[in-house]
Amino acid sequence: MIIDKIVFGIMDSQMIKKLSVANITKTDLYDQEGYPIEGGLMDPRLGVVDPGVRCRTCGGSIGDCQGHFGLLQLTRPIIHVHYAKIIFTLLKMFCRDCSRILVAEKDLESFKEKGLALKELAKSTKKKCPWCTKEVKKWKFVKPSSFQEGAKLLDATTVRSRLEKITNDDLEIINFKIRPENLILTILPVPPVTVRPSITLQSGERSEDDLTHKLVDIVRINERLKENIDLGAPEFIIEDLWELLQYHISTYFDNDITGVPPARHRSGRILKTISQRLKTKEGRFRGNLAGKRVNFCARTVTSPDPKINIDEVGVPLEIAKELTIPINVTENNIKSIQKNVLNGTNIWPGANYVIRPDGRRKKITDMTKEEIAKELTVGYIVERHIQNGDVSLFNRQPSLHRMSIMGHRIRIMPNKTMRLNLCVTTPYNADFDGDEMNLHIPQTLESQAETDILMAVPKNIRSPRFSGPIIGAVRDHLSGIYLITQDKNNFTRDKFVQLIRSVNTDIEIPNKSSITGKEIFSLFLPKDFSYEGKSKSGNKVIIENGKLIEGVIDKASIGAENGKLLDKLEKLYGPKITRDFLFDITRLAIEYTMWVGFSISISDQDISKEGKEKIKKTIEILRKEVDDLIEEYENGKIKLLPGRSMKDSLEVMIKRKLNKTLDDVENIMTKSLPESNTLTMAKSGARGDLINIVQTAAMVGQEMAMSGRMERGYHQRIFPHFKKNDISLESRGFVAHGFKDGLTPFEFFFDAMNSRESLMDKSLKTRHSGYMERRLVGAMQDMKVEYDGTIRDAINRIVQFTPGEDGLDPSRIERGGINVKRIADKLFK
Amino acid sequence: MADFNISKHNIVPKHEILTSDQKKEVLEKYGITLKQLPRITDKDPMVKLLEAKIEDVLKITRKSETAGESIYYRVVVKGK
Repeated sequence: MIIDKIVFGIMDSQMIKKLSVANITKTDLYDQEGYPIEGGLMDPRLGVVDPGVRCRTCGGSIGDCQGHFGLLQLTRPIIHVHYAKIIFTLLKMFCRDCSRILVAEKDLESFKEKGLALKELAKSTKKKCPWCTKEVKKWKFVKPSSFQEGAKLLDATTVRSRLEKITNDDLEIINFKIRPENLILTILPVPPVTVRPSITLQSGERSEDDLTHKLVDIVRINERLKENIDLGAPEFIIEDLWELLQYHISTYFDNDITGVPPARHRSGRILKTISQRLKTKEGRFRGNLAGKRVNFCARTVTSPDPKINIDEVGVPLEIAKELTIPINVTENNIKSIQKNVLNGTNIWPGANYVIRPDGRRKKITDMTKEEIAKELTVGYIVERHIQNGDVSLFNRQPSLHRMSIMGHRIRIMPNKTMRLNLCVTTPYNADFDGDEMNLHIPQTLESQAETDILMAVPKNIRSPRFSGPIIGAVRDHLSGIYLITQDKNNFTRDKFVQLIRSVNTDIEIPNKSSITGKEIFSLFLPKDFSYEGKSKSGNKVIIENGKLIEGVIDKASIGAENGKLLDKLEKLYGPKITRDFLFDITRLAIEYTMWVGFSISISDQDISKEGKEKIKKTIEILRKEVDDLIEEYENGKIKLLPGRSMKDSLEVMIKRKLNKTLDDVENIMTKSLPESNTLTMAKSGARGDLINIVQTAAMVGQEMAMSGRMERGYHQRIFPHFKKNDISLESRGFVAHGFKDGLTPFEFFFDAMNSRESLMDKSLKTRHSGYMERRLVGAMQDMKVEYDGTIRDAINRIVQFTPGEDGLDPSRIERGGINVKRIADKLFK
Repeated sequence: MADFNISKHNIVPKHEILTSDQKKEVLEKYGITLKQLPRITDKDPMVKLLEAKIEDVLKITRKSETAGESIYYRVVVKGK
């Protein structure tokens, strides 16, 4: 059978009757022996929830039978709360007497043409019936499910009979595709027991589902209403019971209606009824259909390990004993698999399950492991523990780009955290202050091949975002390599042999008694690699035929998100060589920093007396200049900048002076700062910038709020301690001290204002972009590049004829296109 | 203003109506029906200018910084 289309609508009572297998009339669930009563809400015809029982309708046992609907004949019609609004609009649109639509005959066509929503159409209906000239009474919707016409409340029976009288032709005019009387319930479908299974507690006592509780209430009141009507009870009693039935059915559909007290369990807990099962993040849609839980995964805290390769992940032994990979037993691997089985579930590397050729799963236990190992033949599948070198997917939320999930090789390790190399900290945006990450084990050979070929860390070194390396050296790697590759850094033979061998045992050691740091670095480069670039400070870096001739290696060469050297290496030699180079070079850097020691001190930021004096003078000059500017401004003599008012011109000119001063101070600092590890970090790009050092050691500078000098606070001034309209440096947020010397109270407050604004901006921005991302993902999640190169959506509509309209993968090209000449030169050399 | 020809503007890419043979060729090339092509409404200024009919296929040739030229097809549909 092919499904041609799906129509969403409302079932009529005929349909409900057809689907039903049992008529529910009894309020009791079980008899004295504990067997479900026929005609009760746990009727055996509605399906099975207990093991060993067969369904009375279809004969299936638990799992085979998904359950069958029953029905409940309502004594009086009931309004469905969620349809009350629609019913109300419909009532308003039709004459109460002749049941025709309240639109004049000549307007019918144009009314239909409009194709508007029901709510909009209702606004343009007449106040007087154009067909029988009856006046329309004033309508009022009484929440949650009653309708008032004039002074009278309509009961559900009248409402239903009114809706029944509406003709199909009129419904077509308002494009209403359902028979409206079906919006009012006369018959209630009873969901199968599989939808509301009861739980048997240890004590043998049964605990029923919330829906069953609610349905019991409905059945009880429905029966009571019937008895009272049959007995000819007074009208008010019947009305009360009817209203109670309406309440129970309303809360059965939705237990969170405004103005209606929620139905509660005997314990006082609010019942979870149908709407509550579907709604919210944990509901059926968002929680179970759009997102599912998976097997073969692990999650723990992560910690750094610079001594495992960048495409490895350290997995705790305890996790390794839980996660498995299915292995087909062949003649070639049967011996080693048997060993796994014999190890059992508790000794790594063991196995947890075997799957026999007939598809039966069997758990391996200490009792059965020998027997299973013996019967193992070709055709069996063994789910063995993950082992070193197996592929896995490693992920950290929020998964903002494709490098948030990458393929890592597994490495089993002691202790309870997952370990990752520091170089991949950038693409994951991870640190180790308690970050947790997820690990998934691909189960099929296809998925294992895919992760290895497409998702492995080395294949993701270059980011498609900016056509450069996103994986590279960070922090100490950079200070280390910066120190090694300094000019005139010589190593004696015993030193350099130890340094190189601590990193790599394969590299040939030069037969010399002493070599430079640059030579050590060169050992790790491919022998025919040439490169010319710049260091962070702007000096030349030259590599010729695998030899670092000039320059220091820093962030600009091998840093994450910046490294030009890594970029070129990846382009010319591919992922594997780049990975090994990066791994060696970072270990080398760390080893070296450990040798020389790398600590920082507050005294690193002490500046010489002359330097301090000079900075003081610069600030003094700035003050004077700004005061002069302000005086010019007040006398109206200020030079106007094109397109700016007097005030703006002044501000721009002050800003220029401030920038100049900051530059001056920075220059003085570079001259008067002593060589220190703090400075090394700034220069190599490991952490911090010269500006940070200037701000701590010399002066913080102008504090900004709302992209200008400070302006908020009191009327025309920031603090009550200032004069109104004082626009001097001090009263507009200039901080002349450094953090080390300490700020004045005013300065401190200015800094706090700035900090608060940045903090707010940051959190608002991440929230905003997070939501944008969510919407984009929602819109594009099932598009894919087909084999013919077109991009198509879920129903095969073409979205783009060539990916990105140029068919270029930014992670595989050089900035601005493919360098055909270079590739050709290499091929035909 | 009434005589302003939008197709001459430098940010408007080249639009052409495909002949029925060309149209068939495109559909066959991608193995699709008209419904699977990207759409353009009949209210689009360029469609009006070319006097394209509904179900006509337009070939749009855009200039691209990286690819030189990129070709896109759209089918004219009734717009709202």
